[in-house]
Amino acid sequence: MGHQFTAEQITMYARGAEKAGTEVIIVGHGNGLGASSLQLGKSLLPDKEMLEVAGKELKKTKLGAFLIPGFGTIQNDLEPALDLGVQVLMIACHCTEANVTKQHIRYAVKKGIQTYGVLMMSHMATGEQLLEQAQFMQEYGAYGILIMDSAGTYLPADVLSKIGTLVHGLDIGVGFHAHNNLGMAIANSIAAIQAGATFIDATSHGLGAGAGNCQLEVLAAVLQRMGIETGLDLYSLMDNSDIVAGIMKRPIEINTVTLMSGLAGVFSGFAPHVEKAAKKFGVDPRDIFAELGKRKVVAGQEDIIIDVASYLKQKKDFKQEDYQLESLL
Amino acid sequence: MGIKKRSHKIKVGIIGTGNIGSDLLIKIQRSLYLECSMFTGKNPDSDGIRKAKALGVRTSTDSIRVIEKNPELCDIVFDATSAESHLVHAPILAKLHKFVIDMTPSRIGSMCVPLVNLSECLQKSNVNMITCGGQATIPLAIAIRSVHPEVDYLELVSSISSKSAGIGTRDNIDEYTQTTSDGIKAFAHIPHTKAIIILNPAEPPIMMHNTVYAHIENPDMGKLTHAIQETVKQIQKYVPGYRLVLGPLFENNRVTVMTEVIGRGDYLPVYAGNLDIINCAAIAVAERYAKMKLSSIHK
Repeated sequence: MGHQFTAEQITMYARGAEKAGTEVIIVGHGNGLGASSLQLGKSLLPDKEMLEVAGKELKKTKLGAFLIPGFGTIQNDLEPALDLGVQVLMIACHCTEANVTKQHIRYAVKKGIQTYGVLMMSHMATGEQLLEQAQFMQEYGAYGILIMDSAGTYLPADVLSKIGTLVHGLDIGVGFHAHNNLGMAIANSIAAIQAGATFIDATSHGLGAGAGNCQLEVLAAVLQRMGIETGLDLYSLMDNSDIVAGIMKRPIEINTVTLMSGLAGVFSGFAPHVEKAAKKFGVDPRDIFAELGKRKVVAGQEDIIIDVASYLKQKKDFKQEDYQLESLL
Repeated sequence: MGIKKRSHKIKVGIIGTGNIGSDLLIKIQRSLYLECSMFTGKNPDSDGIRKAKALGVRTSTDSIRVIEKNPELCDIVFDATSAESHLVHAPILAKLHKFVIDMTPSRIGSMCVPLVNLSECLQKSNVNMITCGGQATIPLAIAIRSVHPEVDYLELVSSISSKSAGIGTRDNIDEYTQTTSDGIKAFAHIPHTKAIIILNPAEPPIMMHNTVYAHIENPDMGKLTHAIQETVKQIQKYVPGYRLVLGPLFENNRVTVMTEVIGRGDYLPVYAGNLDIINCAAIAVAERYAKMKLSSIHK
């Protein structure tokens, strides 16, 4: 979406989510409160306005927000969000860096907010490492832990094993957030439920950067087929999906670039930036993803894309020169 | 030809025995003007305390209290604890008339970037070194604004290796971004600024990487390139591992500049350029202060 939601679109989405019986909706810049930047993309509306607009439409459905320490702060972002009536908070970090969320989780818990700890790019850590990090968040007072497959690289067996380890080792609920780069978002969400996850993060029409997220109405339909009760109204979810489809500038799909992102284990949100950089430097976007994967970049390191594209271009030019030199000899 | 040993050096105390404090300790060993007379913290098992003992430096686990009880121990105090602790330490050290170099993002003292306001800072009693990202970027922001005074937005993204981010940095992550962005605003007079910090746990650890984005409509790339390259040379005088890796580049309606800091490998290996850039800056301040003191003694 390029962070370009209008107030009218947010109103429609929130209204639909309320009608469908959604538990919580998370509103704001795609990378969380305070993330609107040249690094990740500026959002059309300030976070505060987005929260305000969505909040007006909600009664039963809770208003939620997301924040990555290092991007947003308590003073600039959390405090104002709570003033606007946010009831649920997701505090996220790279999967091995849980102690950067201490300040924020403790602050929100103290304010009586239902606060979740979120471990992003979880494929970069083992189940045991994830458990250790999640235990820190539990100690800070987190209500639950959300595990993100931010690169969309998991297979169901990975999810079963990792979510299983967390469910057994924690006293609080575990949730899962899937990306669809390898076409596994629904299958992986189901695997998470089978491993004991108690909540699933999904989006209408699979809305999300790159290949999109777990498609909410599809998940609801699958769960219905499996005889698992969700309390969601399928027709309303479908209506909401149609609204999102109408808003999207381009379809959410697995294409060469988003597929490569999943395969390379790189954050899905990089896709549009990688495509731009590939054009600017005249290099293959797939090579950019492969190199980013090699460099083990984490979510938020979008600047490295330009670094990598310029490096690949230099390498390419160098090879051509080399070749010309050889042909002269 | 060995380094000439000076008989007179100014005594320095370091509070905080984590990454920053330990790296300062090692840098001070090389100084012709400074000697570390007290290395003090709270954690008796810290690796830094072990290191200091091995170097024959006096240590304590009584944190600031050892300086409070023995004020003659040192003239300069580096506070490498946390923003929260410095709130407590600052008034105590002020009473003892120490020259304080604050390594935390507490923002109690005057913000200092040696390239910009070193002389001015020597007249103060408490100098704040802002943050590693601030030290790496503020001179660049000033260079950009010198060419384009109309620049209305500047953003800094610093990526550092997880191993180089100690508990103080992690506990103070909000203060870090706030202080960095305020520092850029104050020094470069740019109305809107934003600072972002990212920890990356990759192995082998990544070098400190800084990206500056500036919103400029029609940038004069020739002038910008010249101004930025000059600034980088100036920073290299006190931070030898600082280098320009990319840019300035105009893409996506933004001017992008990337720098990297290769550390000297004093306490942590070379990847920890973030320790180096703030610590080299702090040592530059302390040495200038020491020179001033020493010359007044000899007069």
